[in-house]
Amino acid sequence: MSFINYMAREINCKIVYYGPGLCGKTTNLQYIYERTNPSAKGKLISLATETERTLFFDFLPLSLGEIRGFKARFQLYTVPGQVFYDASRKLILKGVDGVVYVADSQIERAEANIESLENLKTNLNEQGYSLEKLPFVIQYNKRDLPNVADVAELRELLNPTGVPEFEAVARTGVGVFETLKAVAKLVLTELKKGGG
Amino acid sequence: MAKDQMVMYEEEFNQIQLVVDKLVKDANAKVVFIVDKNGQLIAAAGDVDNLDTTSLASLTAGNIAATGGMAKLLREEEFATQFHEGSKQNVHIQLVGNRVILVVIFDSRSSLGLVRLRVKKASEELNKIFESLLKKVQEPGADTPFGEITDEDIDNLFND
Repeated sequence: MSFINYMAREINCKIVYYGPGLCGKTTNLQYIYERTNPSAKGKLISLATETERTLFFDFLPLSLGEIRGFKARFQLYTVPGQVFYDASRKLILKGVDGVVYVADSQIERAEANIESLENLKTNLNEQGYSLEKLPFVIQYNKRDLPNVADVAELRELLNPTGVPEFEAVARTGVGVFETLKAVAKLVLTELKKGGG
Repeated sequence: MAKDQMVMYEEEFNQIQLVVDKLVKDANAKVVFIVDKNGQLIAAAGDVDNLDTTSLASLTAGNIAATGGMAKLLREEEFATQFHEGSKQNVHIQLVGNRVILVVIFDSRSSLGLVRLRVKKASEELNKIFESLLKKVQEPGADTPFGEITDEDIDNLFND
């Protein structure tokens, strides 16, 4: 649910990074935070456990510049990936404008990827959304590891409808901004289509 | 999704700002701000210069969302009020019309009783304003500046 503020001449959109535990959602946000001009970003907030696993969410506000005289602001959220935090994941999806699904490319995480994607669909449906209608992109992360599945295989499992997809190494930043730009574009395009 | 669209116009914004400005004074508060349930800051008043209101807005919404989740599990409709007591500052959080969140930060110059009293009055006023805002947004033909954006406009945003 984007928020158009005529007074502040701002448009605010919410993007959620979803995916199985340890797939690199927080790492995506950390990289974006490190590489963004200080004037264009707010604080990166992480509600994490003592072992740095996401407990509730990470949050990063970004300013992307102006469009038709309105400041385009994006609020990036991650969900906690661990299965038992499902109640929290549902809350974070409220009001979402666009979703990035981060898959862990390692062969042994195939099942976790599928499970998490199904969980995303279920939780969106509960909120009255459907993934097919939302701006949605997929990132195949950890491409630098030795035991990764082929992209073709991952595509077959996770992206049968052919939404925009990106190979990434979030740790070093490969594919991180490409993913963000793609989802931001889709969100703005949706805004244009939907007439707000 | 259009029914969920949050829009803020100048007229309503000014009305809301008046309410929060007044609440800062009436409740002897340090800071008052209003956030929508998705964590977007709507208005703020008081000593906000050294405050990261964007982060506070997002955390407040997360807090309300978590409490709402608890309420659901306990078969309560909502826990509309929260109070956090610190050693120097306190935070009073009130859900208004199940749509926006009114946050009051105050110290020893005020009291919980006074804040509650003033928040109650302000909530009623805010509720009215947001109701009429909602009607306005849902009116057919409510214009949007984004219907006319071009692919080029969007691309330009990403030219580093």
